[in-house]
Amino acid sequence: MGQFLQQLINGIQIGSIYALIALGYTMVYGIVRLINFAHADIFMFGAYMGFFLAPVMTKIFGGAFIPTIIAAMLITGLLGFVMEKLAYRPLRYKSRLSALITALGVSIFLENFCALPFVFGPAYRAFPDLIVAGNLPISASLGLTIPYVLLLDVGVSVFLMVLLFWFVNKTLIGKQMRAVAFDKPTASLMGINIDVVISTAFIVGPALAGAGGILYGTTYGMLGSPFLGIWPGLKAFIAAVLGGIGNIPGAVLGAYVMGISEAFATSVNSNLGYGIAFVILIGILLIRPSGLLGKFMPEKV
Amino acid sequence: MLLEVRNIDVFYGSIRALKDVSFTVEKGEIVSIIGANGAGKSTTLRAISGILRASSGSIIYDGHDITHTPPHLIARMGISQVPEGRGIFGNLTVQENLDVALSSVKDKKTAGPNQDKVFSLFPRLKERRRQISGTLSGGEQQMLAVGRGLMQNNPFMLLDEPSMGLSPVLVEEIFGIIVEINRLGKTILLVEQNAFKALSIAHRGYVLETGSLVLSGAAAELRNNPDVKKAYLGG
Repeated sequence: MGQFLQQLINGIQIGSIYALIALGYTMVYGIVRLINFAHADIFMFGAYMGFFLAPVMTKIFGGAFIPTIIAAMLITGLLGFVMEKLAYRPLRYKSRLSALITALGVSIFLENFCALPFVFGPAYRAFPDLIVAGNLPISASLGLTIPYVLLLDVGVSVFLMVLLFWFVNKTLIGKQMRAVAFDKPTASLMGINIDVVISTAFIVGPALAGAGGILYGTTYGMLGSPFLGIWPGLKAFIAAVLGGIGNIPGAVLGAYVMGISEAFATSVNSNLGYGIAFVILIGILLIRPSGLLGKFMPEKV
Repeated sequence: MLLEVRNIDVFYGSIRALKDVSFTVEKGEIVSIIGANGAGKSTTLRAISGILRASSGSIIYDGHDITHTPPHLIARMGISQVPEGRGIFGNLTVQENLDVALSSVKDKKTAGPNQDKVFSLFPRLKERRRQISGTLSGGEQQMLAVGRGLMQNNPFMLLDEPSMGLSPVLVEEIFGIIVEINRLGKTILLVEQNAFKALSIAHRGYVLETGSLVLSGAAAELRNNPDVKKAYLGG
């Protein structure tokens, strides 16, 4: 029982980080029908920003976590904005395959560029401590403890998700985003500047991924290499597909399902933790290709 | 002259959908363009609203050349289009559909009174303002599409087949509302397959055939033209 609850808690923790990444995949896909493979590397970039900024922020503000995560989100948001402008906008009216291949190219570029010795370098780095380490004992008899960092991961993710739901549902730009996702030509007839809406999606999604990167660094205490985004990115992408790509609540649901199944699979065998993502992917594609919350949308011609 | 279309050509790939089309709309008029399915009626409206580009010729609105202006700026300059097949945002509620239409409105203070006007024309929309618009009936969706256009508070409205898919009772209702909107001071360019209704409410009309305008005149004149009668009014 204790083991079960502990794995469930671990799953919710990692699911929170996946959710922050998955939201960016799904928002961008919803609006431009592009799987932005470079999104995983934006997540990585955010984590490295934490590494470099945390000492500076500590010096300026005393505490490091809040200023670091805000700064990282601003920088990754800017990175997403520039990426869309330089790489994807010129291909807006070309075939979708061109944009997809470009996304792969941007991803490979970011990983290898960041691995250059004068950029981030390929080596392992210890992530600075942004919060006090420690555990909150829940039940001694079950051997159940909750690390503070877990509360931080879940708290920050839920806060950002609530903020995102408010943004998408209540603000004019949020409503414009949903209108553009539904029908671009009609949205432009409403006076909506499509370019502004697309840029917004490419700022907000990456900013969330940047926050995810900070949480990742804080949770694991290390950054393996600039290729560290690949696995979490892939799992978050599968989570977005699982929830129904383009569907925002779906991405969150998919991410938690993914995180929890991974935690249980890992507790059986650590390799199974990786495999389970693909079992889920194949399963959902066979049974319900539109995803848990997705609706089947016939391709418009 | 509010709108002047001068010799425009529009292509879909290599297919020439409009050939040398020219016409005008005066302030305060209802002008109807009638024609068969595929004649280029919707294409004409889309070229004016900027969704499609004329490859030659020019479109002048209120003294400004809008031939190469992007659609969201045209909407802000004063032209609203109610698209064919309603084009409502089915994932948004009725209220949210009306809200996004305000994207083209600079002075948001007019939004409140304007919305009251829309709700007084279409009380059904007020009842259903929290409903997801994709679940509305066809008639209600058409009302929402027109209401959304009215929210923009533009002086010029392009209506694309507003009677499509509606029951005869609703067709009567929607045409009544078009006349009402015109009386409130808006200029209307209407394209319709329902030629009889379109000509009965219009001041002037044009007949479009395979991408070219073949006839024009006062609506009453067109209604009595034997060729028009034979081709579009069922004898």
